[in-house]
Amino acid sequence: MTATATTPRTGRPGQEPLLSVRDLRVTFRRQGEEPFTAVDGVSFDVRPGQTVGLVGESGCGKSVTSLAIMGLLPARGNTVEGTATYDGTDLLGLPPDQMRDRRGRDIAMIFQDPLSSLNPVIPIGLQVTEVLERHRGMRRRAARPLARDLLDRVGIPDPDRRLTDYPHQLSGGMRQRALIAMALACEPRLLIADEPTTALDVTIQAQILRLLKELVEETGTALVMITHDLGVVAGLCDEVNVLYGGRIVERGERHELFAAPRHPYTSGLLASIPRLDGARGAPLTPIPGSVADNLPWESACAFAPRCSQPVQRCTAETPRLEESAGRALRCFNPVEVTR
Amino acid sequence: MARFIIRRLLQMVVVVFVLSLMLFFWLRSLPGGTVSAILGERATPQTRAALTKALGLDQPVWVQYWRFVERAAHGEFGTSTRVLPGADALDIFLSRLPATIELSFFALLLAVVLAIPLGYLSARRAGSPLDSGLVVTSLVGVAVPVFFLAFLLKYQLAVEHHVFPVSGRQDNLSCTRVTNFFVLDGLLTREYDCSVSALKHLVLPSLALATIPFAVIYRITRASVLEVLGEDYVRTAESKGLTARVIRGRHVLRNALLPVVTTIGLQTGGLLAGAVLTEKVFNWGGIGNALADAFEGRDYAVLQVLILAAAMIYVVINLLVDISYAVIDPRVRTR
Repeated sequence: MTATATTPRTGRPGQEPLLSVRDLRVTFRRQGEEPFTAVDGVSFDVRPGQTVGLVGESGCGKSVTSLAIMGLLPARGNTVEGTATYDGTDLLGLPPDQMRDRRGRDIAMIFQDPLSSLNPVIPIGLQVTEVLERHRGMRRRAARPLARDLLDRVGIPDPDRRLTDYPHQLSGGMRQRALIAMALACEPRLLIADEPTTALDVTIQAQILRLLKELVEETGTALVMITHDLGVVAGLCDEVNVLYGGRIVERGERHELFAAPRHPYTSGLLASIPRLDGARGAPLTPIPGSVADNLPWESACAFAPRCSQPVQRCTAETPRLEESAGRALRCFNPVEVTR
Repeated sequence: MARFIIRRLLQMVVVVFVLSLMLFFWLRSLPGGTVSAILGERATPQTRAALTKALGLDQPVWVQYWRFVERAAHGEFGTSTRVLPGADALDIFLSRLPATIELSFFALLLAVVLAIPLGYLSARRAGSPLDSGLVVTSLVGVAVPVFFLAFLLKYQLAVEHHVFPVSGRQDNLSCTRVTNFFVLDGLLTREYDCSVSALKHLVLPSLALATIPFAVIYRITRASVLEVLGEDYVRTAESKGLTARVIRGRHVLRNALLPVVTTIGLQTGGLLAGAVLTEKVFNWGGIGNALADAFEGRDYAVLQVLILAAAMIYVVINLLVDISYAVIDPRVRTR
């Protein structure tokens, strides 16, 4: 795999977005249950070579967002509204066959749990070559040396032997590397990584993140990073979207967001992670309550019941996402910036 | 692997030993008995005593059992008293085996060919009218007694409307016998009319016999595919943009068929062990017929051979199932 020099793949801010998500709304409907809106009007852009984070707790809609863009939500029981424009085409409006042609070729995805995400009864090699067979029209034998190079590239030692190994014969970190190799096989321009390090040991997490960072820099692939872990965001993302209850509550450039979070939720998330440079024994501050306490967005701020500084308006009115100077914020009573 | 197979074969020896013991005592504790079955109720006590002694049935059961084991060690399993008086019990079993294997094979083929695709389809469209209809059909399939269905099929399609033959394995065509699998024999000797006749005779009994295996295999396939469809690796396969055909065959079915293989194996064992009722209804002349006749006439030697052989077949098929597991599932192979 070589980085083809067709277009300069650097994340210059002025560049046209590669993926432009507008007003994405995903509603699940089950018989006998109230419809549940998991993603509620999410909009964001990803430029070539850029790494964009979608951050939030479990249930905030970040994974559903990625599955909707990939067209991987179950065929029934849900409705997807809005647009996801990739290179001029609305992916959400594509017929399933055409979307199938693009998946794995233009857009690829890396999943959370590497063991369950790999087919247990198929050798690693075939799970890599099948992507090349499908999208490059290669014969399996011709694809094999390429698969070997891919495994080598993602840092799997002894790749020749690993081609014939089965997933259970690999370690957790190697499995995730193998999944990354499969995703990168056709040199996609957009990669979506859904919690790629959550199931791994801390030391392996760091290795995988470094690998992703290197690959993104080398190939100029745009990356959407979905995570609940702000540590991952800090090391990797250019821009960060913080999701709460299916809506974006804050967006900003990584350094600005970390230095001066404005939304109480973002600041709560930051306060709840331990810091190496913090005072020893300094207590962690968790965000009280859980997503179960949410208010409906239609008439309030969903986060209000858990907020550290709610005002009266928060439970009576829907806050809007206000954009200014590259940042966006959905809050009536933002955190004061203290510099 | 070799050690595994040897261990399983040793297990089989234990199974057969325990079963033979139980069988031996149980048969001899049944009311009636060989002598009454042969001579009828009106025989004089003298005749009865003489026959009892001649058959060795006057000895204590322990002694009889020891004799049976001793003879069995030399490959002698006794002579038939009722099914084919005077004939060697093992020969009876061997001569009846092809008929039963042929019937079981076609019944199972029918069941598998229908059950796996329908089970897959059902799972893909879970909750649809098609799925619900198939689930109900499969329930009826298990619930209807096989002999009743066999009678129904025979009456409607053979007796009333002569679509298929009433009973037996073949019309009287003076066919050449090679393997005693009639369909195969016809093909081998190029007497194709013999094969056709055998196939026609096979339709109704296979259909009757296939219902339960079909229902069971269908249900297992459906449940298993449903489970695999929700697995993360299927989503991964979808995310790679693979064609529906590759996802279906390579990623879904291959994993989903693991439990199905076990089920097919167990069902095969059940079929070969004797489709007593179906064979009786269609007068098939296989193991099932022989078993029924032997039981009626208290033909101890034949009963012992048939039941022990059935047990062995069952264990061997289970072993084959386990081996096939290792072939399909690499996780079992390396364990």
